[in-house]
Amino acid sequence: MAFRNSTIAENPAAARTSVPVVDVREVRKTYQLGETEVHALRGVSVNIGAGDFVAIMGASGSGKSTFMNILGCLDGPTSGEYLLEGRDVSRLTKKQLARIRNQKIGFVFQGFNLLGRTTALENTELPMLYSRVSKKDRESRARETLALVGLADRAEHFPSQLSGGQQQRVAIARALTNKPLLLLADEPTGNLDSRTSVEVMELFQRLNADGLTIILVTHEPDIAQFAKREIVFRDGQIRRDEIVAIPQVASEVLKTMPTIKD
Amino acid sequence: MEFSAAFLLALRALGRNKMRSSLTMLGMIIGVGAVIAVIGIGQGAAAKAQEQLAALGSNMLMVGSGSVNRYGLHTGHGQTKTLVLADARAIVRECPSVSAAAPGTGTGQQIVYGNQNWAAQINGNEPQYFGVRNWPFANGTSFSEDDVTQAATVAVLGDTVRKYLFGSGNPIGETIRIGTLPFKVVGVLAPKGISPGSGQDQDDVIFAPLTTVQRKLLGQEWLRWIMVSAVSRQASYVAQHQIESLLRDRHKIRPGDPDDFVVLNLADVADAAAEGGTVMTILLTIVASVALLVGGIGIMNIMLVSVSERTREIGIRMAVGATGEDVQRQFLIEAAVLGMIGGVLGIIFGVISSVVVSQTLGWPILIPPYAIAVSTLFAIATAMFFGFYPALRASQLNPIEALRYE
Repeated sequence: MAFRNSTIAENPAAARTSVPVVDVREVRKTYQLGETEVHALRGVSVNIGAGDFVAIMGASGSGKSTFMNILGCLDGPTSGEYLLEGRDVSRLTKKQLARIRNQKIGFVFQGFNLLGRTTALENTELPMLYSRVSKKDRESRARETLALVGLADRAEHFPSQLSGGQQQRVAIARALTNKPLLLLADEPTGNLDSRTSVEVMELFQRLNADGLTIILVTHEPDIAQFAKREIVFRDGQIRRDEIVAIPQVASEVLKTMPTIKD
Repeated sequence: MEFSAAFLLALRALGRNKMRSSLTMLGMIIGVGAVIAVIGIGQGAAAKAQEQLAALGSNMLMVGSGSVNRYGLHTGHGQTKTLVLADARAIVRECPSVSAAAPGTGTGQQIVYGNQNWAAQINGNEPQYFGVRNWPFANGTSFSEDDVTQAATVAVLGDTVRKYLFGSGNPIGETIRIGTLPFKVVGVLAPKGISPGSGQDQDDVIFAPLTTVQRKLLGQEWLRWIMVSAVSRQASYVAQHQIESLLRDRHKIRPGDPDDFVVLNLADVADAAAEGGTVMTILLTIVASVALLVGGIGIMNIMLVSVSERTREIGIRMAVGATGEDVQRQFLIEAAVLGMIGGVLGIIFGVISSVVVSQTLGWPILIPPYAIAVSTLFAIATAMFFGFYPALRASQLNPIEALRYE
């Protein structure tokens, strides 16, 4: 499967000159909690180019979840700008945001968030239900995407019949099915054992190598080591933003791990 | 999301909670079912009444002898002696809106056949009366014009009289006694049943030539009534007017003095029956509205439960790009499907119960197709009306909070 910015990823020179996928400028987010104001984000600016793979770390309450919600167009900033692929999305209506989530962003959650009593195939089709994709194309594209995450033979299974790792793969397939610009993963390995976690990271690295921009939130330093870049949040601000010197290669790590069949 | 996908989704969502969905629909089923059953039975009864009125002739007028005011003492109708055969002839001749007039008179008498006896109304008529009333013979024929001229002692029996005097025997040619006079039976009428107007048994009657009843049974030359048929139902009011002025003229009644006769228009009776139908319809509409209201509240209740149970699902759908409208539509369609299935089952239930009622009680039923269409649409509309608020609540959920909802 090819992603829209695959050409950019294969050509780093093009990536430097083109518009960044994520361009966040002085974003602040303030919540009103009863009488007190909570400053979840206190001026965050960051640029994430096409084909990047960023791990966001930070303690709970550091503002990383708020940041992810804004990146995912689930929430708007109180002030500041967020340019997604050069387009300012910080002042859009709810409906426009829904459209962007549908077309540009794929979500992967810690708790998988699959629809119960709905097959893997139908879960994967879900985003296409909200974009104009014909019923026939929906199914073929969903099958294609399930094959990409290695679950071609599990299409008709219900989430309850799948292991945690397989469920997360269905969730990833669902996130990929509308060919998004950006994949946002919020603690995707939080509910998985260590081997399955690395398997998921292996899938992410593979997708990233194909050109997909990935941002993942994690509090596990070993998981962050699979990314290309690490951003650390504290007290609503970015504390550290650095390139991972030598990212771990998940496929290599897997070879050193004992196989426990799930 | 396209409609077909949303519809399937709604069916599946409802299918997951079959017990709950069916209980929710029960309100609609009972509501729509009751409406259909009552309409079916009510319309059936109304149609039968209309049919009976039509058989009686809705273009019919009854001219009766009037009441007498003697020294300030009013008698009831039927007491004046001024309505005569010549009036009947004049009505046909001089009123353009009248097509026929059948003069008649009557009395109650004891009738004897062998060792059986029966008290019945004896009406004196001319033979065309049976044609005017569209009353077929089960057996034999009418008496003839000659019988009228000669005041012959021949009789035609109503079905009830025949039953009591003859049972299963054949009365034609037999001789019965009316009062003290022997009469030969020449015909038996087909049963006509209970009169929709008065509730009387129309078959509990004997007919004899007008002159025979006038002279030999009553000793009176005047008429009790003239049955008049107007050229059409619309013309019956004009005919009524023409008859009134003609009779006032013939009876030499001075302007301002009361009539010595009375004209009853059966179109009035039919109109009254139709008006009764309208009142019935209004009452039914109220009953239907209350039933559907209760059903609708049930749907609203269950939709609110469903929305809060599925908060997380709503969050997921919103995260992958469902707009508030998409979510709202999903729940509205669910409510509509509840209403539709409830409505259809209600119609089936209503039809079955009206058939059961009609077979047990012998009432006719008539379920007009529009009633089925209207009640289905009404059930859907009610369900959507009551589903609107829960659907709106669902559409306004914040996706971040919805995703976190446990």
